[in-house]
Amino acid sequence: MSELEHQVPSAFDPFADASADDSGAGAKEYVHVRVQQRNGRKSLTTVQGLKKEYSYNKILKDLKKEFCCNGTVVQDPELGQVIQLQGDQRKNVSTFLVQAGIVKKEHIKLHGF
Amino acid sequence: MGDDHDLKEEGGEIVPFDPSKKKKKKKVVIQDPADDSVEKLAEKTETLSVSEGLESTFSGLKKKKKKPVESSILTDEVGEAGEELEDHIGDDEEGEGIDLHPRYPWEGSDRDYEYEELLGRVFNILRENNPELAGDRRRTVMRPPQVLREGTKKTVFVNFMDLCKTMHRQPDHVMAFLLAELGTSGSLDGQQRLVVKGRFAPKNFEGILRRYVNEYVICIGCKSPDTILSKENRLFFLRCEKCGSGRSVAPIKAGFVARVGRRNAGT
Ligand SMILES: [Zn+2]
Repeated sequence: MSELEHQVPSAFDPFADASADDSGAGAKEYVHVRVQQRNGRKSLTTVQGLKKEYSYNKILKDLKKEFCCNGTVVQDPELGQVIQLQGDQRKNVSTFLVQAGIVKKEHIKLHGF
Repeated sequence: MGDDHDLKEEGGEIVPFDPSKKKKKKKVVIQDPADDSVEKLAEKTETLSVSEGLESTFSGLKKKKKKPVESSILTDEVGEAGEELEDHIGDDEEGEGIDLHPRYPWEGSDRDYEYEELLGRVFNILRENNPELAGDRRRTVMRPPQVLREGTKKTVFVNFMDLCKTMHRQPDHVMAFLLAELGTSGSLDGQQRLVVKGRFAPKNFEGILRRYVNEYVICIGCKSPDTILSKENRLFFLRCEKCGSGRSVAPIKAGFVARVGRRNAGT
């Protein structure tokens, strides 16, 4: 796979990724953006992990307006509130969240295919 | 260590030898764009050292050390040294002395060896005696996922097991990741194929597998896919077989899964 080859530091610094790499087990602060298939060509986008301080309903309202789609905030017993949007809005959502300054780009994790 | 030998070899002449990645090659080319032999070399190293891993780095080091010595001998005592060296060659590769002769372009003349020729020679020797170090170890090539449609709502990932084997990962683990990322459910069928709910194209699977490999297979330090994933008290650890480095990896979590389909199905 060609991706193996990218980002090779010219002089290998064994400590370089010790601080830069915050993946691994303790990566809790990610905002997960997922897509799910529904019947036919319909799909559903979910946004999980936004900071609790934000007003989910306000964000949802803007998202809905921006992408002209419907959506809702679901209360998940374990994961707290999750925003659901109709259609595959992953790209839209992530750019929106970054541009609005809600989440930093490196804290968004896009899932799905 | 990297700095170390960078210093040793002055300038760009030997740098392209470092059997790392394309990135490096590019860099070298930029460094001395005038020297086209270096450029050629760089290409060569690229093809020779497609693989990654510390071992190949080591082989590169060895070569590096060997080469300058030989060539310096040559430049110092042109001519007579030639025969001597050829004898050495004979010694080096026992039993192949005769066979060897037509193989080298400098044969029968007193001219200097060219760096590139010697480079080729070293790699040939290496390949004969110690193929593992030659650096052109088979790259882990993943065949593209083969996908069938089962009915209209299910997708069958035919060579799923195959790909798990090439990655040396438990099918369960790969499956968990795939299903979590696809946001769907699925299972293995009687022929060990993965059947997932929903319609997915091969490139969907490919993208996810790519991410899987990056996250759960490739060693961050040396990019070797030769790693072992183990579970130690509920945490997953990735240990590299090549360089021995280890890291913890995120557990697979499906995260939020919206309920789709019939409302009266559950809850
Ligand atoms: Zn490694």
